Amino acid sequence: MAIVIALPILSFLLVLQSAVFSRIVLLKGTADLVLIALIAWAVQKRVKTAWYWCIIGGLLVSYVSALPLGAVFIGYILAVGFALILRQQVWQVPILAMFIATIVGTILVQMVAYASLRISGTGIPFWQSINLILIPSILINTVLAIPFYALFNDLAKWLYPEVLEV
Amino acid sequence: MKSTSISSFQLIFVILVIGGLIALALGGYLAPVIRVVLDPFVSVQTWISTRYQTIQDYITAPQDIIRLRTRNLELEAEVSRLQSEIIDLKQQIVETRILSALVEFARIHPEYRYVAASAIGQDPSPFVKYVIINRGSDDDLRRGMPVVTQQGLVGRIAAVTSSAARVQLITDPASSINVKLEPSGAQAVLLGSFTGDLSLEMIPQSASVQIGDLVLTSGLGGNFPGDILVGQITSVRRRETDLSQTAVVQPVVDFSKLQIMLIITNFRPLDIGPLVPTPAAP
Repeated sequence: MAIVIALPILSFLLVLQSAVFSRIVLLKGTADLVLIALIAWAVQKRVKTAWYWCIIGGLLVSYVSALPLGAVFIGYILAVGFALILRQQVWQVPILAMFIATIVGTILVQMVAYASLRISGTGIPFWQSINLILIPSILINTVLAIPFYALFNDLAKWLYPEVLEV
Repeated sequence: MKSTSISSFQLIFVILVIGGLIALALGGYLAPVIRVVLDPFVSVQTWISTRYQTIQDYITAPQDIIRLRTRNLELEAEVSRLQSEIIDLKQQIVETRILSALVEFARIHPEYRYVAASAIGQDPSPFVKYVIINRGSDDDLRRGMPVVTQQGLVGRIAAVTSSAARVQLITDPASSINVKLEPSGAQAVLLGSFTGDLSLEMIPQSASVQIGDLVLTSGLGGNFPGDILVGQITSVRRRETDLSQTAVVQPVVDFSKLQIMLIITNFRPLDIGPLVPTPAAP
């Protein structure tokens, strides 16, 4: 059930990101709703399907985006991997893990995208990318991290109810 | 007999008195007397009438308030409905204006066939400049077809599905277009960047380039039709030590407000790869 529900949720978020949030820019940075959703899902304590969600999200965004093939996929894998590692280290304060994972995840995804474009021959100034895209994107994603964490916390509780020991 | 005459006398007297009073009243001589007599009656009636009105208002007020509130709610709902209708109609007016401008553009350039499409989304990544349109291969769109508006060049189709397509804008960092400058006629290459700026590279040193010169597609390379307006030069950089001049171009199309665009469907980009000489193997 947790894997099946990933497709409609991530598809909806991708449509929302493409139609609405891509037009809401801070300098040149935008929100990455799919990334925030994957991280919010990965930091949940009882979740065991983070990698499936990562694969589905990566495939969806790779299909829509014009970035070189695999760039988004690799970025999301690195971000979710980091979130899972952080979940084990900062399990007492999951919201802190969410913030840290969002910041680091955004950096990883954007840097992989930048590197893939440079490898494919597209000239993009590095420091301009940092100032105009990366930092604003981190700000926007961090602001959205809180509501996403709350939503996916409820979703995790619904899909993985806590077992009461009698 | 005597009582009859007394009664007649009394009757005549009463008639004369009444007639006299009426004559005096009509003449206005009794006004002070009437005022003194009627004023107390008027005051009492006013007092009673005022108290009655107060009591009546007190009794009927709740019904009036309810009626007024109900009517207020109805009117507020009607206002909301009309405001939504106004917003819809304003949007239709904007779309109609855009479409009429596009029709005018198509009429000016009758040699091309066009398909109109709306922008329904943008690329999720902020590093690339692509828009997603609601037309695809079902509408005879193919990869490489140029996309324009009535203002000028927008980009070209980069990927197509059955009902949607992805358009690479001229502001995309990977975009490279062969252009010519007017009035000098110099050839150059237009490059995009993720900031949305357009830069001209490889302008010959000998070319006379001024701020305000127009930039149009040259048609070289076969990727775009020629003579489509792209933008206007806003600054020029010319150094004697450089191989070529560079310039910054302001695009004519406002990409932040891109809604409806035309795809030129009877222009096929040329593949000049086989014509490009390859270096001989050592």
